Order: sequence, then C-alpha cells, then structure tokens
Amino acid sequence: MKRLGLSGNYAVAYAVKMADVDVIAAYPITPQTTIVEKLSEFVANGELEAEYINVESEHSAMSACVGASLTGARVFTATSSQGLAYMHEVLFMASGLRTPIVMANVNRALSAPLNIWNDHSDAMAERDAGWIQLWVTSAQEAFDATLEAFKIAEDVLLPVMVNLDGYIVSHTYEPVVLPDEGLVRGFVPSRPLQNRVSPKFAYSIGVVGPPEAYYEMKYQVVDAIEKSREKIRDVDKEFGERFGREYKFVNEYMMEDAEYALVTMGALTGTAKVVASGLRKEGEKVGVLSIRCFRPFPKEEIVALLGDLKGVGVVDRAVTPGGPSNPLFAEVATTLYERGSRPLLQSFVAGLGGRDVPADDFKSMFGLVKDVVREGKSRPCIYVGLRE
Amino acid sequence: MTLGFRTIKEVPKDEFLAPGHRMCAGCTAATAIRQVLKAAGRNIIVTTATGCLEVATSYFPQTAWRVPWVHLGFENTAALASGIESAMKALRRKKKSEENPHVIAIGGDGGTFDIGLQALSGALERGHDFLYICYDNEAYMNTGIQRSSATPYCAATTTSPPGKRSMGQKTQKKDLVGIAVAHEIPYAATACPSYPIDLMNKVKKGLEVEGPALLHILTPCPTGWRFDISLGIELGKMAVLTGLWPLYEVENGVTRLTVQVPKREPVKKYLELQGRFRHLTEEEINRIQERADRLALKFGMGPLRQ
Ligand SMILES: Cc1ncc(C[n+]2csc(CCOP(=O)(O)OP(=O)(O)O)c2C)c(N)n1
Ligand code: SF4
Repeated sequence: MKRLGLSGNYAVAYAVKMADVDVIAAYPITPQTTIVEKLSEFVANGELEAEYINVESEHSAMSACVGASLTGARVFTATSSQGLAYMHEVLFMASGLRTPIVMANVNRALSAPLNIWNDHSDAMAERDAGWIQLWVTSAQEAFDATLEAFKIAEDVLLPVMVNLDGYIVSHTYEPVVLPDEGLVRGFVPSRPLQNRVSPKFAYSIGVVGPPEAYYEMKYQVVDAIEKSREKIRDVDKEFGERFGREYKFVNEYMMEDAEYALVTMGALTGTAKVVASGLRKEGEKVGVLSIRCFRPFPKEEIVALLGDLKGVGVVDRAVTPGGPSNPLFAEVATTLYERGSRPLLQSFVAGLGGRDVPADDFKSMFGLVKDVVREGKSRPCIYVGLRE
Repeated sequence: MTLGFRTIKEVPKDEFLAPGHRMCAGCTAATAIRQVLKAAGRNIIVTTATGCLEVATSYFPQTAWRVPWVHLGFENTAALASGIESAMKALRRKKKSEENPHVIAIGGDGGTFDIGLQALSGALERGHDFLYICYDNEAYMNTGIQRSSATPYCAATTTSPPGKRSMGQKTQKKDLVGIAVAHEIPYAATACPSYPIDLMNKVKKGLEVEGPALLHILTPCPTGWRFDISLGIELGKMAVLTGLWPLYEVENGVTRLTVQVPKREPVKKYLELQGRFRHLTEEEINRIQERADRLALKFGMGPLRQ
C-alpha cells in the first residue's frame, strides 16, 4: 500500500495502469488531458505494457476501442464534453455490441459558448446510450471507481463511464491510497477476456437487425443494464472487503431522521454536506443524498431513502431546454411517482459552465425546500445563481 | 514474397463470400470482394463500413461471410480495424494470444472518400499493419445513388441530376491512391474485378507488406450506372481500355502500370453503355476524353485507337 498525492486525473491513470489494460485509444481534450498524458508516459516507460493508439478523433477513439474490445483485450479511453458528444453514435454501438470498455469522462460543459469548465451536460446527453454511469466526488473515489468499472464491465459485458468533475476533481490533488499491485491483480485478474473476433470462428458481428430482430437485440441491452445492479453491488462489496472502501449506489449523509434533503451528483456533494452539517447544528433536520450510480438508476434506494421525507430538492448541473424538467430531477420524480405518498419535490439548476456554487447557495436551496413544503406547492425550476 | 497467381487455374476454389447474398444481380462489387477473399485466404479478420456490401451480406439471421467479419458504422471502419490490429498485437506481446490474422478493412467510395477519409488517414498515418480496400461504385448506392467525391465528372446521380443549369456531377473524382501515397505507406494500387489475376496479386502484395496498404477497386454498378446486368465485367474492361481507370501500383513510392493498354479505346465507347452519361453532349465527352489522354500520358499507356 502506498499513499500518494494525486489529482483525480492521475488517480484514474494509476488505476488504469494497475488494471494492466491492453489497449488505450484516446484523443486529448481539456480537462481530460492529464489522464492520457500520464498513460502515454506509463506506456513510454514500459511501466504499462499496452498499445497506445494515438487516434485522430474521439469518434475513432471509441471505434478503435470497440474493435480492440471485441478481440478480448482490456480497453480504456478517456474524454470530456465535445469529445463525448463526438463519440455519440459509437457509444450506442459499443453497448449494442456488448463491449466492456471503460471510459473516464471528465465532466465539462458543452459548447456554445465554448466553455472548458465543469457541468454535467456532457454525460447527461448520453444517458440513453446503454452505458453504466458511475459518478465520483474525489480522487480516491476516481481511483476506486475506475478499478471497479473494469470488473463490472467485464462481468456484465457493458461499457462503463466513470464521471469526474472537470477541475474540481480532475485537477485537485488529494492523498490517494494505492493498493499493492498484487491485491489489484486479485481483484481484476490480467487474463484475456471473452473474444468474439478471432480467426478461430467466423462470426459476423454488427449485422443488420431488421424489425423482426432489432427489438429483441435492443432489449438485451435493457435487460443487461437492469440486471447489472446485482453485479455492481457484488463488485462494490468485494472491493470493500479487499480494500476497505465501499460506495453503494448512493451516498447518504445525515439522512437517518432527515425531513428535508438535497439530491446531488459529483463534486457539489461536498459543499452540500458541509452546509447540511451546519444546519443540523441549528436544529434543522436536513440531509444530502448523492447519486454515485446514475445508470442503472438506484430506484430502490431513492424510494427507501426519500419516500418518507417532507421535501426534497434536486440539484441538476445540466439542463433539458424545453423539457418538463431537468435530467436528474426527472429521474428522481419518476422513481418516486409510483409511490402513493411522496415528498414535495423542488427542482434546482446550479453551476452551469463552471459557475461556482458557494455554501450560501446551498443554504438558500435548503431554505427554499422548506418554504415550498410550508406553501404546499413546489415552484417552477429555480435557476440558482443566475444573474438577472 | 510469395509468388503471385499466374493463371486463373491457380486461384483457390474456396469461396469465403457465400452465394445467396442480397447484392444486385450483376453487381461487380460482390465479384471484387469474392476475389479479394480468395486471395487473402482464411487467416483474416474483415471489417466493413455501412453501405451496399454490408447491408446486403449481413441481414440477420443470415450472413454471407465465411470469415470473421465486423461492421460498426459508416465512417469508422479504418478506426475499427486499427483497434483490432493493435489489440491483437498487444495480446501477442503479452502472451495472452498467439493469433496473428491479417486485418482487412473494406469501405465503399462514400465511406472512404468522404465521411471515412479522416479515420482512414489516421489509420494510414499511424502505420497499422492492415489492408484497406475501397470498392468504388462511384456514388452512395445503398441510400439510392447520391453523388460522392468519387463520382466522375458529369455523371447523373440523384443529387447531381442533369437539368437546365447542370450537366450532372460538377467535380472531378478525387485521387484516392495519391492521397494514400502521400502518407508514405508501403503499398497502394488500383484494381478492377475485370482483371482478376491483377486484383488478387495486388491483394497478396498488400497483405504481405508490413504496414498499411490500400487497394482502390473500380466496381461497375448496373443499378447506379444504369447498364445491362450482363455488362459489368465488360464495363470494367472498357474503363481500363479507355485509360479512364489505369491499373497501377505504387510500391515504396515507385509507380508501375500493371496492365498495359497499347491501343486505347475512345471514352465514348465506355460512356455510351451507361444511362448515367446519356445526357452528355460532344463537348463533355471531349472533356472526358482529354482526361483519359492526360492519365495515359501520366501512366505511360498507348495512343488512342484511330
Ligand atoms: C453517419 C452516417 N451518415 C449517413 C449514413 C447513411 N448511409 C448509409 S450507407 C450510405 C452510403 C454508402 O455509400 P458508399 O460508401 O459509397 O457505399 P455503397 O452503398 O455505394 O456501396 C449512407 C449515406 C449512415 N449510415 N451513417
Ligand atoms: S446498387 Fe450497385 S453496388 Fe449496390 S449491390 Fe446493387 S449493383 Fe452492387
């Protein structure tokens, strides 16, 4: 075991090295760059025995990853924002062909206007792509989730996206515990994976799926991601047993007797927790629930942890222009809808394009949730911190 | 270098593209791929871009491919092949596998000249050991005969229709082999299924060289070019004999005509067999003849038959 001061991006790179990946195909984009630079260094030094494909675009990065993965290689890529959007069509092909690719997505806003800072619109725009989505809040979590991602992906034959907030997680140095290589190998053994492309068998892969077949083929992806819940739980449990850290589908903070809560994702969670703990000292029964696994969505946990609350505010760091609500709110509301009694839900948007969301904003969000409960009716989406 | 085929009798009887696929009757793209696979043999992995060949050979639950085959998208078949080639290299080096197949990526002219050019350029530049094959039917046939940047000057397509203000395709075909050679790859060539021995030996060479190779195959298309389905092979011959489709190869930068044409046929004989050129006047035909003359000069073909 070693303790190193690492940025979130370097933590990801170390996890990829320790997982002994065979192929990396990636294209640089801010703020993902330090992941691929570090990996290039590992490969150049012989610390990681892998083929590093310097592709000419993210579209080709994901396409090369699919090809490599089909041969039974362990495959990694990383991107962000425009790069993820550029991969869009290939993301669906990757899940449709059931390739266990692991990708780090360093969350960044989408153009226009051009913006290199953090929000969640990149990953949210890909939520229907059939990828498992994990979200982290620290460099240690980024390391751990990346290792878990390889095991999950290879067990359920679906690609996994590990999301870390641009700059806030990707470029912040924190102490990270790196387990011994041997222990990591025990968790993600270095062996050839199931291969479907080989001169040994003349499979045809990526065929035309006519109306009589497409539906069932697509349903297999739906079924696989539904059933992946159990695997994700097992992998996380095993990770906990081996390395002493376990994450579950959601992270709950002061939720036990909470009456009001905010639902968050990613790095905003930290500030929300600090504010909640302050409010607790003032006697307010508030808590924070952060979503770690966004796909598959933790329905059971949401119902169990939020169902009996008086009021819940959902903080989206992305928007769905023209939609009835924003992405995270929609998922939480839909999940709770099936329950007869449910808390009053208030939708918030905050922090688009890297706009800071200070503690005071969280304080007012907690206050607003309480207000709308008192008023008995939630308000239209509140755009926190938006200048008139 | 293993010896090439000298006569058709030496060509293996194996068929790796099964009969019964859904390519049109008289399609010479199917003939070309059949020849490619015969020359390549069993130890290969084939990728194919979206297009006629892909949709007509892989309609679930059937497949015409008797070799390992993958399709991903329209513009990314060279990137897909890059991933396969690199992964196999990594797995061999890490002793996780001993497999060492040839990788062949196939795309139509749209998937190669237009939307797939970036992925192709990347793969050629990176030096993957693979053979890229462009079967060129000179338009987007799968989606209904729309023009591509491989469509020849004045050809009628559904998006370059002749009309009061247009004589059809306004631009000249891109020089794909020239683009490939600019990447300093070890081998690039043109071919045509009307010359099967020439085509198959070029496939063998392309597979044997270390690094990327590219084969640009002209495949006359009865549906899109509007000619009788019995004439595909004849059309290919006429393209070569008029000088419009010189058969040559560029090995380590050295260009060599592989099929000499001592006496060229006038381009009119080639054009008048095809509905897509029916609207041409003498003026356009002369312009196309001038192009053939220029190509003849460039590649050292014989004079026009008088
Ligand atoms: C990104 C994308 N754009 C457009 C299409 C639609 N499309 C499918 S095949 C095709 C044309 C294929 O043309 P070509 O590569 O020349 O092959 P051919 O069908 O002529 O054999 C087009 C436009 C697609 N599948 N994907
Ligand atoms: S449209 Fe042309 S290229 Fe396509 S299958 Fe028919 S003949 Fe072949």
